[in-house]
Amino acid sequence: MTLDALLASKEMVLVCGSGGVGKTTLAASMALSAAVHQGGKVLVLTVDPAKRLADALGVGALGNQATRVSAEAFERVGVTPRGELWAAMLDTKAGWDDLIRRHAPNAEVRDSVLSNPLYQNITSRFVHSHDYLAMEQLHEVHASGGYDLVVVDTPPSRNALDVLDAPSRMVEFFGSRLLKWLTVPYRSRLFNVASKPFTQIADRVLGSHFLQDIAQFFILFQAMEKGFVARAREVEALLGDPRTTFVVVSTLEAAPAHEAVFLARELVHRDYQLGAIVANRVMPRALTSRAASTSAKRLAEAAGTTTLATDVAEALDADAGDVANVLTEVATRFHDVALVATREAERRAELASLAPQVLDVEALQSDVHDLSGLLAIVDNLRR
Amino acid sequence: MDLLDRQLIFVTGKGGVGKTSVAAALGLLAARSGRHTLVCEMDGKGALGPALDTVALEFEPRALGDGLSGMAMNTEDALREYLRLFVRLPLVARIGPLARTFDFVADAAPGVKEILGVGKLAYEVRERHYDIVIVDAEASGHIVAQVAAPRVISELVQVGMVRDQTRWMLDILEDPTRTGIVVVTTPEEMPIAETIDLLGRLDAQTGVAPVAVVANRVLPALFDRKESDVVARLDQVEDLLAGAAGPGVREVVVAAQLTEARRAVGAGHLERLRGALPDALPVLYVPELFTRATGRRVVALVAEALGQELDVQ
Repeated sequence: MTLDALLASKEMVLVCGSGGVGKTTLAASMALSAAVHQGGKVLVLTVDPAKRLADALGVGALGNQATRVSAEAFERVGVTPRGELWAAMLDTKAGWDDLIRRHAPNAEVRDSVLSNPLYQNITSRFVHSHDYLAMEQLHEVHASGGYDLVVVDTPPSRNALDVLDAPSRMVEFFGSRLLKWLTVPYRSRLFNVASKPFTQIADRVLGSHFLQDIAQFFILFQAMEKGFVARAREVEALLGDPRTTFVVVSTLEAAPAHEAVFLARELVHRDYQLGAIVANRVMPRALTSRAASTSAKRLAEAAGTTTLATDVAEALDADAGDVANVLTEVATRFHDVALVATREAERRAELASLAPQVLDVEALQSDVHDLSGLLAIVDNLRR
Repeated sequence: MDLLDRQLIFVTGKGGVGKTSVAAALGLLAARSGRHTLVCEMDGKGALGPALDTVALEFEPRALGDGLSGMAMNTEDALREYLRLFVRLPLVARIGPLARTFDFVADAAPGVKEILGVGKLAYEVRERHYDIVIVDAEASGHIVAQVAAPRVISELVQVGMVRDQTRWMLDILEDPTRTGIVVVTTPEEMPIAETIDLLGRLDAQTGVAPVAVVANRVLPALFDRKESDVVARLDQVEDLLAGAAGPGVREVVVAAQLTEARRAVGAGHLERLRGALPDALPVLYVPELFTRATGRRVVALVAEALGQELDVQ
């Protein structure tokens, strides 16, 4: 199995992993790879791209609207893609507004919800709305049939599993005691034997007015239950669909790798397809070789003798003193870097036992914020 | 005033930058300086316990030795304690199933879950159970909702006990001599962009003061400009070097160039960070630790670096 084979056989790719490992960049790279090498219409749905990357992809200003990466942009990096690359950014607020418009049974409910003072506060936070929205939009673009492949970057969550749980939580919320309790009339709540003590406590602590405000909002919200629940179930089904695959991204540092192991196991446990693990920003593996550490030792000794420094200085037209300093530092510090590389190799081996393939992306010398940077990653992924 | 002279410190930052290590290290430093110290994990990841070489922390604070105690926030336990302390509910056991319902309310209603957490922390400060409480807080995406909860609640809730309690919470949280936020970042593009963005949102939406930025995993500058230029061209003299040190020298050069390039990019990001911060806000530098160690040994190294920056032993 290669990346090409994986991307060619799937319609949806969910890119997940812990924060800061480069999910957005990898999602964009995989979409780019498919658009360049395989053709078809490919969409990358990003969540929170770095500004320069967003600019390079032409997203940012337009919210939910998908934009096509222009032919000129590809020309500038000397690439003729076989297909089309489209990009869109997830906008939670606009996404929620869309959902309300879609599921509201009538204009009255729609307008009351959208203008409710609690609405914005609640949608931005409750039941992991970011996570749900990402899943929801994946469903939306997939159902539209407009793309051959959709690659989704998942939101930075406290827990990477939150993304997977988001649809079932949405369903659970509509069936919850909370909603039932909140949406019965206040008076019957007060006289209901089962909920009376709770009502009294809640009233005393939070004030009945606040509870009424919340209840009002959820009564409106409940009117949309049918649409929301049906949709959340569809979204959940999509996660286990044979056309969907997951790619777990991680660096080989301790904490992200630990979370990646956990996430990969959980995906398998849930019978979701784990297509690949991407090890991002890894040190070249050759750094762990015995030849390299031997050479570092010998270089440290040779740096002390004047001839090597003089020869190098002459070849580079540099100061011999500077060169001697550099060679000494480079040789003695090699051990530090090799140590990191060794540690990474150990963690990589653990990840490799969990997925059908591990793709390495070597640490690059600069940040990735344009198409040529993404293409460098594509080269790594397809190696 | 010194960072550790405050009573409540929230440590936040983008996911993956090492905020747990920094929070644990500040905890060690505070405890070592003789302060009775509580470290508290907020995000339920269970990382703070292992960072201090102990099992997962629980709501009930546990002594970790040398004047340091640790706990993990849990909304349901915080609610139980709240009801016991303030509502004086005689039979706490009776609210068992109700606590679960309340958890749902807390999930949906703005600020309720947050205020239980932040309220518990402020309560520990108010009661002076500890000299300092150091919080391994939510990541930068969630911290504003956390520390702004008392404000949000006091605006949304017109009457009731919670509203009255937001007053003393705000007195503690919005006093920069008592409460401060430490933002952890690494010298990389996104964490730094998020740090700058977070400082703006803290200022706009909360009254809680940022007191320091910690730049974590900073590669040391080993070379001046001329030397750095030599490093960048070492691959041109690979044959010469291989003649003296063997064929493996190629990897030695690759390692040096990669590290030096990363350092230079990071230095650019740090410069941008410094330029975007108010002059009064200090940046504390913690070097990249090339170590195989984990847990408390790493935290001790971070503490040592932070101790030098803060001028405490």
